[in-house]
Amino acid sequence: MTQVLMPALSPTMTEGKLARWLKKIGDDVHAGDVIAEIETDKATMEVEAVDEGKLSEILVGEGTDGVAVNTPIAVLSAEGEAPAATPAPALPKSRAGSEEAGGEDERQVADRAAAVRAPATVAATTPEKVWGATKPTTVREALRDAMAAEMRADADVFLMGEEVAQYQGAYKISQGLLEEFGPRRVVDTPITEHGFTGMAVGAAMAGLRPIVEFMTFNFAMQAIDQIINSAAKTLYMSGGQMGCPIVFRGPNGAASRVAAQHSQDYASWYAHCPGLKVVAPYSSADAKGLLRAAIRDPNPVVFLENEILYGQTFDCPTAEDFLLPIGRARIERPGQHVTIVAYSIMVGVALKAAETLAAQGVQAEVINLRTLRPLDIGTVVESVKRTSRLVTVEEGWPYAGIGSEIAMQVIEQAFDWLDAPPVRVAGLDVPLPYAANLEKLALPQPGWVVDAVRKIV
Amino acid sequence: MLRIRRFEEKAGQLYGMGLVGGFCHLYIGQEAVVVGVQLALAPGDQVITSYRDHGHMLATGMAPRGVMAELTGRAPGYSRGKGGSMHMFSREKNFFGGHGIVGAQVSIGTGLAFSNHYRGSANVAVAYMGEGASNQGQVFESFNLAALMKLPCVYVIENNRYGMGTSVERASASRNLSQNGAPWCIPGVQVDGMDVLAVHAAAQAAVAHCRDGNGPYLLEMKTYRYRGHSMSDPAKYRTREEVSEMREHHDPITAARAELLRLGVPEAELKSVEDEVKTLINDAADFAQTSPEPDAAELWTDILLENAHP
Ligand SMILES: Cc1ncc(C[n+]2csc(CCOP(=O)(O)OP(=O)(O)O)c2C)c(N)n1
Ligand SMILES: [Mg+2]
Repeated sequence: MTQVLMPALSPTMTEGKLARWLKKIGDDVHAGDVIAEIETDKATMEVEAVDEGKLSEILVGEGTDGVAVNTPIAVLSAEGEAPAATPAPALPKSRAGSEEAGGEDERQVADRAAAVRAPATVAATTPEKVWGATKPTTVREALRDAMAAEMRADADVFLMGEEVAQYQGAYKISQGLLEEFGPRRVVDTPITEHGFTGMAVGAAMAGLRPIVEFMTFNFAMQAIDQIINSAAKTLYMSGGQMGCPIVFRGPNGAASRVAAQHSQDYASWYAHCPGLKVVAPYSSADAKGLLRAAIRDPNPVVFLENEILYGQTFDCPTAEDFLLPIGRARIERPGQHVTIVAYSIMVGVALKAAETLAAQGVQAEVINLRTLRPLDIGTVVESVKRTSRLVTVEEGWPYAGIGSEIAMQVIEQAFDWLDAPPVRVAGLDVPLPYAANLEKLALPQPGWVVDAVRKIV
Repeated sequence: MLRIRRFEEKAGQLYGMGLVGGFCHLYIGQEAVVVGVQLALAPGDQVITSYRDHGHMLATGMAPRGVMAELTGRAPGYSRGKGGSMHMFSREKNFFGGHGIVGAQVSIGTGLAFSNHYRGSANVAVAYMGEGASNQGQVFESFNLAALMKLPCVYVIENNRYGMGTSVERASASRNLSQNGAPWCIPGVQVDGMDVLAVHAAAQAAVAHCRDGNGPYLLEMKTYRYRGHSMSDPAKYRTREEVSEMREHHDPITAARAELLRLGVPEAELKSVEDEVKTLINDAADFAQTSPEPDAAELWTDILLENAHP
């Protein structure tokens, strides 16, 4: 004898109406036969038999409303079996049941306590390694050298993207790589971001270490589904089986006079997502040390470069094994009156502002975040505890931006040390205009940072 | 095939009892496709598919217990309860999921083939998709990439006639999906996906083509799903008669059983296989119901891998 239970036929169904019986007592029922129709919270559905037998009892009549999921609605008997009195069924634990269960048991309380907070991240306390000799290097060269070094070290590392090989890179970042590594490892793709990004994600899941160059991050929007839904989430959804060691890199943010579709800062888009690491280098040392670390990282890393910085020269360590850890900010300029936090090209803007401020007697501490996820909030908080004032600077839009996140975390962790409300400097909340004067009006300038600081110092 | 059928019936039953949550897409009716293709593969070949993935997992040799326990969201599930019906994986069996975004698995599968090509291995990747998915832009991008780079990828379109409630005629201007790779000279054939031997023969040819370095291959499997798109689909877009016609006259398991009897396999042997499958699936269902839920600490694991370097 088998009981037929009221089935749940949608993810949200807890009860339904038994609309119609399509079989009557005495009918033979085979697996797959439609025996009844029920109305769920969404639709009228057919109930198919899972077991075989003769319909010997109907326990819930036609037209009955509010039949809870898992209530026995009928009984099937095997051939020749006498219909027995129906015993009270032991209800399996259902979605509906678990929600309605009155009191919480101890395990649930403990579970919730364990669940609210992420495991604490340890703030970096060790001083940054000193790398010795340096040489003036452009950001462009630094990025190329980083890729070349890692490609020499690991045969599974390869570069792919539009114009990366024969053309030597749309922005000449991959200059010379085709000559050294050949077309197998420096792969020109057609203009097909969604497809080649997915392909690179698959290659990474199969154990290779792709570096995907986007001509600019504006075009990565075509592929953002693969970056977030596939690259970032699969490790979690696979219970840790399917890692995705991949770097997505290319210029991000405004270039110069290329208008709204080609000028956008995606930092807060990617930094929002667990499962990704997000890096935004400023100097040549950042670019080289962090790109090497990104290529070696077993996780997907979004590496946001800046076109205007490509041609800028900074001193860069020459050591063979030079590498910077992902997740550590750098104090570019110490100061005791205000903490200015910036990333990528805005670090330069903040440093210029700090010079102006110094001439006015205000010593600003400038922090280069370098990584946006995981965020080195420890370095920012320690600084704010010394200066009691915070100004954030970013090129992206202010709404739900990186500045909002930093300000909130500082408020959470160092509210009592703040002597003034944090101030955000960000790009204006408009699509970036083309006209030279308008573009300049929309992007943060050193003067904006000076003004922001003078509001609170 | 029978293992998949019984597994799916059981999964549907557990869903009805509220033990399986969310979306649950059953493979009943389509069993011959994955079984026929899988039998043409060699060790090391990779497989990837969409959310309608239980059959593929069982066909690659993944354990019914682990799959069922993932459906019920329990700790010993293949994804430790964090993936569910649509997202399961097995490195060991070279099964790369289980993907919920329609079409995404096709470019990822192309990347699996790229890895074989890059490493110079003789392995082949198989990327399954629905006929609905075959309209996605990234599928055509993948066809172009695979043909351009001569990647060893077998694309299998499981044409079960519907993408949710939309029939293939209402979604594709193409009347012969096996020719969807024609602009890139990807050879393609239409196959009776309800006939496991026909599927197997076609898959062998496709796999051999790819293994020999000739680039991708496209198989369109004409198949049918008996159940709704997912458990909550009332399936009002097709007639009861259409479904029973397929069930009664084209069922791949009934046909295979008849063929085996014709070849002289004794009825008793088939019966014992049926009993074995029943026991296996019941055991999986018991396991899936009695296993513990994941520990709350699992919330915070598997987000990022530990970095061995800096
Ligand atoms: C990009 C995307 N769009 C829409 C959906 C919702 N959706 C899930 S399955 C499906 C139908 C797909 O049909 P088909 O490719 O034929 O596969 P089948 O379900 O028949 O196996 C839709 C629209 C989705 N998951 N992803
Ligand atoms: Mg379909």
